[in-house]
Formats: sequence, structure tokens, C-alpha cells
Amino acid sequence: MTEDDVIARLSSGMTIGIGGWGSRRKPMSLVRAIARSNLTDLTIVCYGGPEVGILSALGKVRRAIYGFVSLDSIPLEPHFRQARQLGTIEVTELDEGAFYLGLLAGAHRVPFYPTRAGLGSDMMLMNPGLATVTSPYVDADGSYEELVAIPAFQLDASLVHMNRADPAGNGQFLGPDLYFDDLFAKAASATYLSCEKVVETGELLDEGSLHTIKIPRIFVDGVVESPRGAHFTECPPDYGRDEAFQRTYAATAKDPDAWQAFVDRWLEAPSHTEYLARLDSEVGKSA
Amino acid sequence: MNHPTEFPASRDEVCVVAIAEAFRGDGEILCNPIGTTPIIGGRLARATFEPAMVMTDAVAVLAANILPVGDDDAERLVEAWMPYRDVFDVVWSGRRHIVMGASQIDAHGNQNFAAIGDWHRPKAQLLGLRGAPGNLTNHATTYWIPHHSTRSFVPTVDLVSGPGYDRVAPLSAFIRANHEIRRVVSNLAVMDFDNPGKPDAPRRMRLRSVHPGVTVDEVIEATGFALDLPDDVPESRLPTSEELHLIREVLDPRGLRKAEFGG
Repeated sequence: MTEDDVIARLSSGMTIGIGGWGSRRKPMSLVRAIARSNLTDLTIVCYGGPEVGILSALGKVRRAIYGFVSLDSIPLEPHFRQARQLGTIEVTELDEGAFYLGLLAGAHRVPFYPTRAGLGSDMMLMNPGLATVTSPYVDADGSYEELVAIPAFQLDASLVHMNRADPAGNGQFLGPDLYFDDLFAKAASATYLSCEKVVETGELLDEGSLHTIKIPRIFVDGVVESPRGAHFTECPPDYGRDEAFQRTYAATAKDPDAWQAFVDRWLEAPSHTEYLARLDSEVGKSA
Repeated sequence: MNHPTEFPASRDEVCVVAIAEAFRGDGEILCNPIGTTPIIGGRLARATFEPAMVMTDAVAVLAANILPVGDDDAERLVEAWMPYRDVFDVVWSGRRHIVMGASQIDAHGNQNFAAIGDWHRPKAQLLGLRGAPGNLTNHATTYWIPHHSTRSFVPTVDLVSGPGYDRVAPLSAFIRANHEIRRVVSNLAVMDFDNPGKPDAPRRMRLRSVHPGVTVDEVIEATGFALDLPDDVPESRLPTSEELHLIREVLDPRGLRKAEFGG
């Protein structure tokens, strides 16, 4: 598949899970394909990075459901901050661990998982729809504990980026952390997996151990080969974060002209191939 | 090795030691400080009086060796894999002590680093809740506040990310047993909640020590609520010569800690 083939299977109003963590191994070629599409009114669900800022700034997002939004080396995502401060997006902000339980409940098809995270804090105030449940089991002091019921995320689709995959959709991560990408795949009605390189099934063990092939094809509905597809976020061991590019992106939040130029050059690039060509020509210029 | 009388400790080094002291007695848990000064403090504690603690390399492994702060290329002695999913397991196991920041904190230890103003449409969107709600209901927390002022030590926080003692008082026995705000360390002083006080009143922040060169009145002046004041407020302890050597030569040879102190 291509990025645009994936977009053709999505529709406005959908709830879309996006893998990765902060500015790490994000499926950016797919995010850019959403950016240049007609899709709108989306609910995005993620451990958020630049995809939240980009899609919010472009008016694609109705609601963001997240454990946090950060660019890591730039702790506060400036376009996300702007969207929050202008009130242009609705948000469901959860404790980072509570967010994990929402994914896990979605993957396991149970209505919720219980947790103590949120009791006593304003997470409950910020999410008036969040309910508590009482444990059916008596505890040591003879009482029945009240817990927060984190509802299962219902994802129409998930987008994740892996280091390698085979043509059937078996996905492999080669970096230090899978994050929660396998759960995004399992919690979604359909999952589209981009990867740095498509390899034959028999080659999956050439670069990583058995333990790195974490997303089996039964949870994957389409594979996109997208070299440098996570740019400008990091995708180790294939490449690190493009910090200079990220700084340029972050600076556009304060300057409408710079943002328009960024949209025109990078987000409106008609294909990932063209994006890479523009990237290489920039490198050529600065070299 | 540097000698403290020849090279007196500076304020940032006193703060590092105050953070290290927060971990004293923790034993074999995940020491998880966030931020440059807290990381140096946590690593100092492990390098000296709390050798059993485990620590992440700030990516995805527990590193058994002493790493200099902010050095991505330093060689790690890996003792375990610790991806983010496993960090949550450790949080919920209770075997963790975190050091977090706080944009605002009140007398009962309610912490806000989520947003300033009305959260529906904040005046300033900050970090968000992050992991604070889960941390405070499961294990010990210490706060590091490098700019002690009436803007950070406030009568009421705009939003509660990490609940304080009054918020936790009506919650379950489990949460009350596991919730602990061990210390609040600022650039001026060390505070704690080691004051059970009256039976029905939730704990309030107490002044534990003032850093050398700081007066009690200065701390009172910079705090937007009434601190509990013991009859005698000692000075925060100075680093030993071994600690100064570790801070300056091993843990932070590039002096990254100075940035938080306007250095």
C-alpha cells in the first residue's frame, strides 16, 4: 500500500490511534498523508507528539485523547499548547498509566480496567464522564475499595511505524522500546503499519531476536514501506531525531508565515517520495 | 579530590545533597528522579548511602553503573530492560520513589504542573497530568522546585495533578498507606510533612531546614501560605568532600546543574 491508499480507507469523524511515544517512532508519513487529505473531525488517541500539534493546527482534530503531548527534547508541544490555549480542540487528558489501561481494555474487549490513578487528583474533574467502580472483594480492613474505571478505547483504526515488517504485516521493532504499538494494533478495528523496510518473512530474524517481532499479521490490515517514515521523530537504530528540523517545526507556532511555509513545503508534499526528495535537497543546500 | 574548605559547596550542590537525602532508607526500589538536578541527587544517593536502588538511563534500561547526567553516549552497564510499559508495573508495585517538578504547590502538598488558569481553556498549557495521579496513589514522591516564590508556593493550586494530604484523607486505606510526599526541595530550603499534627487535620507542609545563607524569614516571605515552623530550623547539611567530588567530577562534570540556578 501507499500512504494515500491508507487514507482512502479512513473517513472523517473516525477515532484513530497513533503509535509511538512523544517524538519517538511516530508514523509521520501517514500523519502527513492525513494532513494533506480531506479528512476532518477526527478523534486522535495517542501518547502524543508532533502529530497532535500538526493535526490540531490544521483543524483536523475534534478531540485528542492522550496520556501526554510532548516533543521530548522540547517538553511542551507548541502547536498543541496553542490549540489548548485557543480552545480549538476538545481533550480527554488521562494519567499516563490510566491511558495504558484504556488501550489494554480496548485490546481485551472488556468495558474497562480499574486503577487508583486519578483518585484525589483533578483527572476526575477534567473528565466528567469517568466513573468509579467498587471492588466486589473485601479488603483487609473490611471495606470495599473504590477504583477508577478507565473505559476501553474504541479505535476505528490505528497507525503505527515499525522498523521492519514482512509483506503479510508481521511487524518488528529494533529499538529499545516497543512503546504500546502492539496494543494500538490490537485495540483497533483496522491497523495500518508503516515500516522502514519490508523484508521477506525469512529475513525477520536477521536483524533482531525473536522477541522483537511483536505485532503478528492477524492484527494488521495493511503495510506501507516508508523509509525515514518517522522523520522528524526518532526511529532507532535506523536514525535518531532530526532535532534541527524539530526546532524549525516548533518555532512555526509563534509565526503564522513560517507555519504556512512549513505546511506548503513539508505537509503538502504530494507524496512521501517527494517529501524525502525535498529533505535531501535541504541537506544538499546546507552541506 | 576537592576539599570542601578550599572549594566551598555552592547552592546547587546543597540542593543536590538535599534531594539525595530524600532517598535515604529507600533500599532496593526504582529511584526515578526527573530533571537535571534531581537526577544528580538520585545518582549521588545510589553512589554513596543507598547502593541497592536501581535507576534508569532515561531511555529504556536499568543501568548498574554511575552515569554522568546528560551524556547519551556514556557506556551503560545494563542490568535490566525497562521499557515504558514496565515502568507502569513498577509504579503500581509501589517500589518506586519519583522526584517531579511543580509549577504550583499548596500547604497540603497538592501539586500542579498541568495548566495555569481554567483547564477548559488554560491561560498556559503546561506538562499536563503526566503520571502524577498514578504516582501519588502508589508510591513516594519528592518535589523539586528551583524557584521558591509566592508564584510556586500558593494558597490554592489551579489544578491538582498530584494530590496532597487533604485530598487523600478521604480515600482508601490502601492509598493512604501508599501516598507519601517525602520532601519538597527548593533553591531556598527543604520542606516535609513529618508533622502528624492534630488527629483530624490533614498534614501541612513544614519547614525542615534552610540552605546555608538563607534565613527562615526569607523562606516565609517567599511562601504564599503559612508553613509549619518548628522551634528550631536547622541548616541543610553541606556535601561531604566525597560528595563534592562525585557531583563535580563524576555525576555532572559539565556543570549542567548550574543552568537551573541561572549559572
